[in-house]
Amino acid sequence: MTTLLPETDRGGGPGAHEEAFDAAIAADERIEPRDWMPDAYRATLVRQIAQHAHSEIIGMQPEANWITRAPSLRRKAILMAKVQDEAGHGLYLYSAAETLGASRDELLDKLHSGRQKYSSIFNYPTLTWADVGAIGWLVDGAAITNQVPLCRCSYGPYARAMVRVCKEESFHQRQGYELLLALSRGTEAQHAMAQDAVDRWWWPSLMMFGPPDDASKHSAQSMAWKIKRHSNDELRQRFVDICVPQAESLGLTLPDPELRWNEERGHYDFGPIDWSEFHEVLRGNGPCNEQRLDRRRRAHEEGAWVREAAAAYARKHGEQDGDGRTAA
Amino acid sequence: MSAPRTAVLALGDDALVLSHRLGEWAGNAPVLEEEVALANIALDLLGQARTLLSMAGDEDELAYLREERAFTNVQLVEQPNGDFAHTIARQLYFSAYQELLYERLAGGGTDDAELAALAAKAVKEVAYHRDHAEHWTLRLGDGTEASHRRMKDALEGLWRHTGELFRPVEGLDVDWAGLDEEWTRRITAVLERATLAVPEGPRSSPWAAGAGRQGVHTEPFGRMLAEMQHLHRSHPGASW
Ligand SMILES: [Fe+2]
Ligand SMILES: [Fe+2]
Repeated sequence: MTTLLPETDRGGGPGAHEEAFDAAIAADERIEPRDWMPDAYRATLVRQIAQHAHSEIIGMQPEANWITRAPSLRRKAILMAKVQDEAGHGLYLYSAAETLGASRDELLDKLHSGRQKYSSIFNYPTLTWADVGAIGWLVDGAAITNQVPLCRCSYGPYARAMVRVCKEESFHQRQGYELLLALSRGTEAQHAMAQDAVDRWWWPSLMMFGPPDDASKHSAQSMAWKIKRHSNDELRQRFVDICVPQAESLGLTLPDPELRWNEERGHYDFGPIDWSEFHEVLRGNGPCNEQRLDRRRRAHEEGAWVREAAAAYARKHGEQDGDGRTAA
Repeated sequence: MSAPRTAVLALGDDALVLSHRLGEWAGNAPVLEEEVALANIALDLLGQARTLLSMAGDEDELAYLREERAFTNVQLVEQPNGDFAHTIARQLYFSAYQELLYERLAGGGTDDAELAALAAKAVKEVAYHRDHAEHWTLRLGDGTEASHRRMKDALEGLWRHTGELFRPVEGLDVDWAGLDEEWTRRITAVLERATLAVPEGPRSSPWAAGAGRQGVHTEPFGRMLAEMQHLHRSHPGASW
């Protein structure tokens, strides 16, 4: 069936919107929730912000795994605060997605049913206390490298959320480094624990930047929209360049025999990444995919009666927010 | 005058153990806002524990190297998390007690300046913990039939650990009977608003050996300590 649109809507309307949008992007202006935006721009942002939010909350699990075993009260407090920060990041990001019309419940549902992803890095296990340090140093470090450019992302609410998130991530990175330093300079067993953790986390951290540029399907359009500012390979190189001297000051080695300074490029060369591992983990076959998602689903299902109670109470008592969110 | 050791250990252990239990919620809370709220409370309590234990010695030695029988926390705080209703009931009972106790310590219940200062600072944190627990008690009690039943079970299940809260702690000049009365008055008021009844069973165990303040604990506490202390004890003398 064809619908005849009034002349004005077919003509100047959407075209003018699009021009204004393109001009704003070209001028490096921020797009705000009430501005017109192309459907594909909105969908790309929702997908990216949701994946980012999911990563924050799934990422709580591997570290929460060590809260009850933290070896000193000072470290326990730092770790608890860090895991709490990640929950906070999840909150900011789900709110940013809400400004695009995607509700948190709907996004969580997509996470739980496997229709949306989270960062594959969290499908690796935390086997020793040193893994907490390695995650802080490498995983939060890689996240910062990825996210600092997002503070200039064209979508306003996402960019602003990233400013807050990046500040906290850089604390996490320093705390992780400092934890590893204490181990590296500690007893022989502690040093070995730190080295083992770095050996296991190094390559997966490099994979956090995503597939190489020639295989990355979303990159070009995201760059044009200024959602993304640098390519995967650029960011990965930047991260390697930052980490190598830090590993040296930690007194730890990175598990790559091909890692060396390239005078000509002004960067460190590094060995080939095992992309088959990356794709397998992405496909759901990593060491912890099932465990992480099961735990998330279980927490959600076991909490259903609590959320229902809060909603029922709100209805009876005329509270504004029906899902228990005002309680915090 | 230095802080009375038995008192700072008892209060420090309460805070340490409850903080640990709340830390077990990380990643498991029913809604993201509660991840943040429960972690906030856990962090406040851990901060209090560190200050209190440091008044009695080295915080890590005390937390990680004492045996179960040397811990003098009340049994209430070591009770496993159970469902969210159990965690809230435990928090309601304990935070109401802790708030009243700290108010008294800040207002003359101890002649130790350090302990009085800790109490004055902590009482503000605890007021938030109590407020949080009250809010959820109302929601769960007066929410759905299922939540009402769960909250009722939780309040009744933990009731037998509440009598111990009012056993005098050596070194503290507090009117314990008055504290008990005020606590009961406040809890009754909240439960009434939440359409819940005050449980009726006994408030303490008949066992002559005593309870938490005498270093007598419940079985889950040993496993909790095993988990908490394992790594620290595996590397004697190491620093972290
Ligand atoms: Fe984060
Ligand atoms: Fe982080």
